[in-house]
Amino acid sequence: MEFKKAIGLEVHIELSTSRKLFCNCNTRFGARPNSQSCNICLGRPGAMPILSRKAVDYAILAGLALNLHISDYMSFDRKAYYYPDLPKAYQITQYYQPIGVDGYIDIETNKGPKRVRIKRLHLEEDAGKLIHQPEKQITKVDYNRAGIPLIEVVTEPDLNTAEECQTFLEQLRLIALYLGISDCKMEEGSLRCDVNISLNSKDSKLHGTRVEIKNLNSFKAIQKAIEYEFERQREILVKGSTIVAETRRWNDKLKKTESMKKRDRGDDYRYMPDPELPTIRIGDKRIKHISLKMPELPATIYKRFRQNYCLSEKDARLLLSIPDLARLFEACLLEYNKPQVLCNWLTGDLLRLIKESNTDIKSIKLSPMMIKDLLIMIDNGLISTTIARKVFIDMFYSGHKPQLIVERKKLAQVTDQKTLEAVTDLVLKQNKSSVSDYKAGKKKVLSYLMGQAMEKTEGKANPVILKEILTSRLDQSKS
Amino acid sequence: MELYKLTVHEVRDLIDSKAISSSDLLKSILGRINEVENKLNSFITIDTDSALDQAKKLDETRPQGKQGLDLVGIPYGVKDNISTKDMPTSCASKMLRNYRTNYDATVVKKLRDKGAILVGKLNLDSFAIGSSGETSYFTNTKNPWRLNKVPGGSSGGSAAAVAADLIMFSLGTDTGGSIRQPAAFCGIVGMKPTYGLVSRYGLFPLASSLDQIGPLTKDVRDCAIVLNAITGHDQKDSSSIDKYSYPDYRSFLFKDIKGLRIGIPQELLKDASLDVKNHIKKAAKHYVELGAKVEETSFKLSKYSVPVYFLISSAEAASNLARFYDINYKSEDHSPLSFDEIYIKSRTEGFASSVKRRIMIGNLALEANNYEDYYLQATKIRAMIRKELEKLLKDFDLLLSPTTPSVAFNFSSMEKDLLNTYKWDASTVPANLAGLPAISIPCGFSNDGLPIGMQLMGRPYGEGTLLMAAHAFEQSTDYHKKRLHALEV
Ligand SMILES: [Zn+2]
Repeated sequence: MEFKKAIGLEVHIELSTSRKLFCNCNTRFGARPNSQSCNICLGRPGAMPILSRKAVDYAILAGLALNLHISDYMSFDRKAYYYPDLPKAYQITQYYQPIGVDGYIDIETNKGPKRVRIKRLHLEEDAGKLIHQPEKQITKVDYNRAGIPLIEVVTEPDLNTAEECQTFLEQLRLIALYLGISDCKMEEGSLRCDVNISLNSKDSKLHGTRVEIKNLNSFKAIQKAIEYEFERQREILVKGSTIVAETRRWNDKLKKTESMKKRDRGDDYRYMPDPELPTIRIGDKRIKHISLKMPELPATIYKRFRQNYCLSEKDARLLLSIPDLARLFEACLLEYNKPQVLCNWLTGDLLRLIKESNTDIKSIKLSPMMIKDLLIMIDNGLISTTIARKVFIDMFYSGHKPQLIVERKKLAQVTDQKTLEAVTDLVLKQNKSSVSDYKAGKKKVLSYLMGQAMEKTEGKANPVILKEILTSRLDQSKS
Repeated sequence: MELYKLTVHEVRDLIDSKAISSSDLLKSILGRINEVENKLNSFITIDTDSALDQAKKLDETRPQGKQGLDLVGIPYGVKDNISTKDMPTSCASKMLRNYRTNYDATVVKKLRDKGAILVGKLNLDSFAIGSSGETSYFTNTKNPWRLNKVPGGSSGGSAAAVAADLIMFSLGTDTGGSIRQPAAFCGIVGMKPTYGLVSRYGLFPLASSLDQIGPLTKDVRDCAIVLNAITGHDQKDSSSIDKYSYPDYRSFLFKDIKGLRIGIPQELLKDASLDVKNHIKKAAKHYVELGAKVEETSFKLSKYSVPVYFLISSAEAASNLARFYDINYKSEDHSPLSFDEIYIKSRTEGFASSVKRRIMIGNLALEANNYEDYYLQATKIRAMIRKELEKLLKDFDLLLSPTTPSVAFNFSSMEKDLLNTYKWDASTVPANLAGLPAISIPCGFSNDGLPIGMQLMGRPYGEGTLLMAAHAFEQSTDYHKKRLHALEV
């Protein structure tokens, strides 16, 4: 029997508000454990949750970007389970009245475009983090993360392959990045994903049972877990046995899914409306106000990069992967209208420097004007590409204009005929064996001699003129 | 002069005219506490030294005779489920017997800012679950009128301390009658304000949609004074009423009640003892004499209010109390145990059986299989009850009923008859379910000399009307003046 996977995703995205969902605690990642907690997020009795307007706005913005129907009313519910990372023994979430329902996003698959339906999007608070110290046989709890706002995006089981899941997640991640509502760092846990998978037979005669997989911390883990789970379920079905509807945990070390203990599954969450948080009416006015702030979404930008700027798929995706880079790219385009050249500089030299210096694009000292000036200097033959690379590095670190750098460091190309002739003569004199090789027909030595001459001018010689002189001199001496 | 016997407004005049100092008053109060508290057990914590310090400072710095400083130098107490940064907050439970918070509840902060002096934390039923005071982890509070009777609950300590003149006024909390019932049993005034009128920030929640903080005082005028001090919008409480101009509640006291329409729901009389019935009828007659129009009426959904209350309050309590286990509320070191073991052990040992009963019932009602039939059904009926009361309160300005069907009962009579005890709450829970204000004031005495309370329930924000009607009744009777007691013998 042949099987088809039906995969649904539950994606948690941590919102990048500076304050938590129900209190004023800071949300900075990596702070000293328990330095960002208060009576509210610690669930201390008598302290009451106060809803962050900003987090709601972010969630509505996400809902609009995912084509969801934004609810007229939203409310919060308590999801009860016992775990030390949950100080109130319930999580405040939206069960009965989420922010939005019935949306979709379109993704590109190898079979063409595909619409993935989104069932719902709701807002909830994150839990704390357990830090196990098995060598001391203790577990510590860090509540800095407790109360940080999350949105949970739940899809319908419309995805059929691990690749589609990856594409969907990347697309969702990009949307969140472009909306500016999350930094979506999987390694810091600000993007997390649970996978629901069931197998149906290809002739649709057999419908499988839904199994949920948790603890997936990377794209790779998601892919591996889906493959593993497919095989596991297929084997069971082929044998004619039934699959247990359950929650399984991905074990990244053993590369397999494992059934979770009963307690971790939390059989009954005993949802109830949170009596400390009033139901909120989301008026049309508020939705309209938020939709005015809707930035251009990555799918639209991608289309423009491909169609208007004729960039390759790879280049377009690379630029798009960092919103600030894509923005810089288009800002530079206003000054300098050669998309491919700009793209090469930004995705090559600039990204390398960003990585090297461990900064981000927002804080760099380069302006589109400076980049334009540099590229025009190349176009005008004032400096070579090699020199331009050095100037670029200088610009990046010093923030000086390229003209100033070229002038101060005397990097302008040497185009003076007489100077270049003198250099050429000197090189020919010092490399007599190469000259004879050339005469003997080994044309390859030309580039060696060019290199020697370039070195003498510290790379500043205009290569076109230099080459002209060199070949004419060699050809002269031949005759 | 026995200063402790006076009311807040009486001592106000004396302090302002410099006849006495705040310290004089406090010393009188502390003397009284010394004398009778060991018979009553109304306090869990008393902080004499810091109270004396505050009084001394006030006497040194306080500007004399200024208006709007009604509570400067007035000693008071709060129920021990309201957070105070200087004293532990135990909820009269084993679980929190050593628990301290790092902040003042909004009401405590307001009273501190207004110069009132916090003397101590008052006893209650453990986690405010109960109506006799008997489930306190600490010793039972006794009824000052008769020491073998319960003071009522859950704000038993708050009522007994005021009734016995151990304190000028107190704050209690009312989830289903927990201020009004003990006020009635102890012969004093107790008010549950409109939901949201007084900030709940700092109140250890029992059932958040029903809980309300309110004053327990010696007379109606004091009730208005304390209400003035504790009401107001608070950003820390999402249910706090915003955009409402909070009035000066004293301004209602001397208004004429001529033409006031008072309804008496017959359903709230039917379980009352003969004594109580007679006194309510007498009170109704009295109101007619004062110029009000009194009519019998019907509150048809009355019979559902106690079961609905019980379901909702239990569900919310189960959820609110789930946070209590020993990792965060460390009273014992359980280090070798696993999380599950710590959780089970600390909750098994830390909660009274009455609390466990509520938690279990509440969790049962919330289980996925039961949610619709129990919890959801209860919230639907709650909405209907609210509607019916709204409608009744269009026809009437106030609804009059007994606060409780009988007077204070003997200790340990509650446990024996668990199912019947819920009849006790029939008059009081509707105000919580509908978020309405209600006040209990003394309206007479039973044949064996125990105080009877009557309840007036009003429209949302109708505290002014309640105070007006209560004050008119009080000023033309002298039930509130009659003082006790078992303690004087
Ligand atoms: Zn916090």
